[in-house]
Amino acid sequence: MSAPGTSGVRVLLRDAALVLGKDLRLEWRSRVIVSQVVPFAVLVLVLFAFALDPDRRILTQATPGLFWLAVLFSTLLALQRAFGVEAADGVGDALRLSGLDPAGIFLGKVAGIAVHLLVLQVVLGVGVTVFYGATPAGPVLLVATCLAATAGLAAVGSLYGVLSAGMRVRDTLLPLLMLPVVAPVLIAATQAFAAAYDRASGEGWRWFGLLAVFALLYLAIGIFAFEPLLEES
Amino acid sequence: MEPVVSFRGAVCLLGRFPALAGVTLDVGAGEIVLLQGPNGAGKTTVLRACAGLVPVVEGHASVLGIDLRTDRRSVRHRVGLLGHASGLYEDLTVADNVHFWGRAGRARPADVDAAMARLGLDGRLADVAVARLSAGQRRRTSLAVMVARRPELWLLDEPHAALDQQGRDLVDSLMADAAAAGATVVFASHELDRATAVAHRTVSIAGGTVASAGQTPAPVSEPIS
Repeated sequence: MSAPGTSGVRVLLRDAALVLGKDLRLEWRSRVIVSQVVPFAVLVLVLFAFALDPDRRILTQATPGLFWLAVLFSTLLALQRAFGVEAADGVGDALRLSGLDPAGIFLGKVAGIAVHLLVLQVVLGVGVTVFYGATPAGPVLLVATCLAATAGLAAVGSLYGVLSAGMRVRDTLLPLLMLPVVAPVLIAATQAFAAAYDRASGEGWRWFGLLAVFALLYLAIGIFAFEPLLEES
Repeated sequence: MEPVVSFRGAVCLLGRFPALAGVTLDVGAGEIVLLQGPNGAGKTTVLRACAGLVPVVEGHASVLGIDLRTDRRSVRHRVGLLGHASGLYEDLTVADNVHFWGRAGRARPADVDAAMARLGLDGRLADVAVARLSAGQRRRTSLAVMVARRPELWLLDEPHAALDQQGRDLVDSLMADAAAAGATVVFASHELDRATAVAHRTVSIAGGTVASAGQTPAPVSEPIS
């Protein structure tokens, strides 16, 4: 990590922006998220609808949980893509030799994954409205929950993504490592969404607070822990 | 003058296997040093240790005045390593890759453009995805990244591999130009006729140790700042 101070922060933000720009360009060139991950997420929503179809009321009630499960499964695919490219054909060594601040790489990866997840959530939001007939009553809480949960998922995912990046078993190991850790995000985001859909925003904001703490905690851990994890990957 | 590379009984482990079993080697500023030896001798490990990618667990090892045993990460942004892998993003174009890695290494945009032109990548190849390139074109792209970054120490592992005749001549001239500008070049090659012609000195490595270090010539030039 860079030395503290204004110039250190400037370098960190510059490097984060560079990595973010590269990841967005990678998606622009390859369209993997748009053409594979987003359709997968929509497919999951549709399959949930098939499974619970006989009683549409259950679908509507279960919308928050189903939404976040679809996000979670899709996040795993997005992470495997995001860190697969960093492990291919010597890119890991190139990153270590690049001179980029590891904390900047971490923040850039988090930002890139977050952008992809937010796009995904917009599509899923439309999906649950169309397929499940669920309409949110508290849009501010809904958006705030999406932002905080996305930051938490992207931060945890980046930590475990880089940890498993260099391993041959990364595709199967990543879900095993990550799912237990993000269980609090799933619970809190589902509860906050339930409040947003049920006009019970007060309760929802408390869950949002938990999400925000979780996100900040893992962002802080990532800034300090990413360098040794990058070293070991 | 302090050597750019100074190893004294350096030991590196890959798992529990001693890939380097007590290497003693000095390389001065501006030198072009060829590492030669059979497969598995430890040439690649010497290059990766010089880049700070493989820890030195015993002995003394310093590169550009930095002790690799205590702070091997600090040397990394000052060296350039061309390994067997390309170190390129497959889905990005040639220009995307060279500009990204160039900016990451704080290269000036003019140097990045000049490096692409020098490697013949400024034409239609610039907009081609790396995944669609031949092995030789990938090699040229990786070399362009290194040229753009202007490292103080060039570490090249089989730099002529996959290149055509023109590309091989270009690699030789890049190494000569880098040394003339004050950089130091250490490279491993099995193409001894070509490699010995460009090298100032040949170091033989066998069984993870230096079998013969060649003769150290007078310093060629001042190191670049």
